[in-house]
Amino acid sequence: MADTLRNDAFVAFERVQKSYDGETLVVKDLNLDMPKGEFLTMLGPSGSGKTTCLMMLAGFETATHGEIKLDGVSINNIPPHKRGIGMVFQNYALFPHMTVAENLSFPLEVRGLGKSEREGKIKRALDMVQMGEFGGRRPAQLSGGQQQRIALARALVFEPELVLMDEPLGALDKQLREHMQFEITRLAHELGITTVYVTHDQTEALTMSDRVAVFNDGRIQQLAPPDQLYESPDNSFVAQFIGENNTLLGTVKEVKGGYALVELDDGEVIDCKPVNVSKPGERTLVSIRPERVEIDKSRLHPDAHLLKAEVLEFIYMGDIFRTRLRVAGNEDFVIKTRNAPDQKRLRPGETIEIGWLPDDCRALDAP
Amino acid sequence: MSDTTDTGPVLAADGTPLKKSLSRALRMQKVRALMLIAPLLIFVLVTFIAPIVDMLFRSVENQIVSETLPRTTAALEEWDPDTGELPSDEVFEAAYYDIFIAAERKLHTRLGTRLNYEQTGVSSLFRKSGRGLDDIGEVYQDQFEDLNENWDEARPWAELMSDPDWIAAREAWDEDGAAPMPTYRLQSGISDVLPRTAEAYRIFAEFTQREDEDSPLEEEPWSMVHTALFQDLTEQDVSGYTGPQAAMLQGAAGAVGEFETISFRDGFVEIDEDWLDPEVWQTIQTYSPNYTTGYFLNAVDMQKTPDGPALRDEDERIYGLLFQRTMFMSLVITFSCILLAYPVAYLLSTLPMRKANLLMILVLLPFWTSLLVRTSAWKVMLQQQGVINDVLVWLGLVADESRLVMINNQFGTIVAMTHILLPFMILPMYSVMSTIPPSYVRAAKSLGASNWTAFWRVYFPQSVPGIGAGSILVFILAIGYYITPEIVGGTTGTFISNRIAYHISSSLNWGLAAALGTLLLVVVLGLYWAYDRIVGIDNVKLGG
Repeated sequence: MADTLRNDAFVAFERVQKSYDGETLVVKDLNLDMPKGEFLTMLGPSGSGKTTCLMMLAGFETATHGEIKLDGVSINNIPPHKRGIGMVFQNYALFPHMTVAENLSFPLEVRGLGKSEREGKIKRALDMVQMGEFGGRRPAQLSGGQQQRIALARALVFEPELVLMDEPLGALDKQLREHMQFEITRLAHELGITTVYVTHDQTEALTMSDRVAVFNDGRIQQLAPPDQLYESPDNSFVAQFIGENNTLLGTVKEVKGGYALVELDDGEVIDCKPVNVSKPGERTLVSIRPERVEIDKSRLHPDAHLLKAEVLEFIYMGDIFRTRLRVAGNEDFVIKTRNAPDQKRLRPGETIEIGWLPDDCRALDAP
Repeated sequence: MSDTTDTGPVLAADGTPLKKSLSRALRMQKVRALMLIAPLLIFVLVTFIAPIVDMLFRSVENQIVSETLPRTTAALEEWDPDTGELPSDEVFEAAYYDIFIAAERKLHTRLGTRLNYEQTGVSSLFRKSGRGLDDIGEVYQDQFEDLNENWDEARPWAELMSDPDWIAAREAWDEDGAAPMPTYRLQSGISDVLPRTAEAYRIFAEFTQREDEDSPLEEEPWSMVHTALFQDLTEQDVSGYTGPQAAMLQGAAGAVGEFETISFRDGFVEIDEDWLDPEVWQTIQTYSPNYTTGYFLNAVDMQKTPDGPALRDEDERIYGLLFQRTMFMSLVITFSCILLAYPVAYLLSTLPMRKANLLMILVLLPFWTSLLVRTSAWKVMLQQQGVINDVLVWLGLVADESRLVMINNQFGTIVAMTHILLPFMILPMYSVMSTIPPSYVRAAKSLGASNWTAFWRVYFPQSVPGIGAGSILVFILAIGYYITPEIVGGTTGTFISNRIAYHISSSLNWGLAAALGTLLLVVVLGLYWAYDRIVGIDNVKLGG
């Protein structure tokens, strides 16, 4: 399986390292394979090395060690303009002294395409992003969202097989961003382009990608499809970075039958799914998603361990209720309940019992 | 919905029109802003704008001719120089009185200098005539004296011409000197009897009182007055005169018929044959108006002729060449600066902050050195026995006897001025380049452009405003540069400004200097305008 993927890999990072100052590594031993047509997002906090990876792929940074392959060919020594990779920049980088059409014509001109061929492609690209009317405008005359579309069209107009996007939606407002997220994924799938997308916005990463690579400290912490990433984080960093998450610190007491018994620091015991703990005595960080916490005992296994919780705050958010609890000494334990007609609205001061399915409660590495 | 109605103007809360209310609110701000700049504004107006306007005004000002020779210029109006004939005797007569008075007031040399700008030789002609015109008057003065000793005395003349009240007042003033000096008054009626003499004597008396601070009662009149008297007596009947000194006057009147005479024209010719040259008269006539285009014509190598403005002879043309050279060399300097500054500015804008600041100090270093020192340093470097030649000779690249001439010519000026003006090019370029995000060039490369194409099609167009700003700055500074060309320019490397300085301080032809300066100003403003039309001044960025 691993071998077939390796052979199919369209983009491959092999043991890539990058250092700017010769003392610290910004990217530490990066290995990544991408099949053709995949939409892969590099997600991570700033300084995690995700942009550096993108820049190495684009050719603006050189890898200190290791090899980057495109379609099976090492591109380490190929200058950026010969790599044929489309790129969308964070600030769009539309050439301000050219019109929209001239911006789009630029990559075609430098490839020596004839005038009529160019015009056809420009028109198609503009229509593709629904900006057909704007060919004669200057970038400064366009709104942020429009500039974004043009930048996208420019990166696609010369029909590259690989497109890189460096936080392209960072400057847009929420509504426009959501709309563009949809547009970009639609285009990427329609055109069958391989896309590497860099962002620090996890919602964006989850909604758009086929797979997400979570970066931290120069390494990929987890590379998985969005649902897997959210529901089964590999380690405590991923669990905390992706989505909202409740954590409880404890020690493994027993591992048996695929489940672990964890004694929390205040002495209570819960059932967990061991992810990267294996033997009793290990410290662990237990992670539970707020929406997987159950307050209705009848829906739980009769033997399930329950925890006492005191309601601290109830927030009405329309579609959901968000309740903050004190659980095992943790005052930031949050649960989310759906606003259904029969849903109980908790009141601050109330004491309740909560529980969860052991599969939803993951015992991860302790930081 | 609001306080406004559909018909009337929008009203403020207290009922006054909103516009009025707003302008009242803003007025205070405006006044305060004006107060802040007022000291500088006044300082600049008084010490800079006003003198410049005054100086520029001198380029058309020409009152000196009509003020010094009022009678002559009036008499010359009738004369048509195209006939090729000399002006009439009346003109010579007017010139006699004008130049005589001018000589007494010591103004004739100034006028001579002024007219000498237009026709060489006029200066010495006027200087000679100032001295020589006494000869004409003395012919008559001597004959009047022979007739009656009193014609050579101050007192009888004064009694003949002056108001007796004035004589009494003047005598009283001579005694105590307390009250203000009495103004001179002619005897009533004397102007009818002896019109020319009265006028001449009045000028003499007033001049004696005011300029010489002497008493007309004690000074014998100028010989000009005797000439006037002779003319009057030959033309006027004075037998009716009964005032003071009537006997003396009537005695002279009877004798003038026998007098030896000399025509004004002959008198002038005796002083200098050049007065027979119609061109001299033509020059005076041409430059008699109060305002003249003469200086400007001069500044573009033209002169006034009877047929209108015409180019000067080939060998007398100098300013056209100088303007051309100034433009050409300023352009060469500007281009040299662009070529040298662009890579430096580019490097500065791409380096990390710390290194860029260090380099920036090196760029600014010349500003902390005196301009004179830098220019003199180039003199040391470039001269034939200088550093560069020595090195070339030592390396054997140049033979000792054929050392390169690199100074006191255009080369020297271009090298020195390029060096001096370079920071003015680097700074605006740098400030523009540092605002160009590196992502543009990256984008171009990712789109498939080679390094050169990315630079030329994407980076360079965006750096053009910096080039424009630097070029305007350097070119305008260069076109008016003075010190450096003066020191290293020799004869072939000097600018129009050096010629202006020469006319200001050496030849004292301020009118021409002002005309040249005005032309330079117009040329610069013209270029500025053209630049605005072609590139657009909005595109010029001097700072981020």
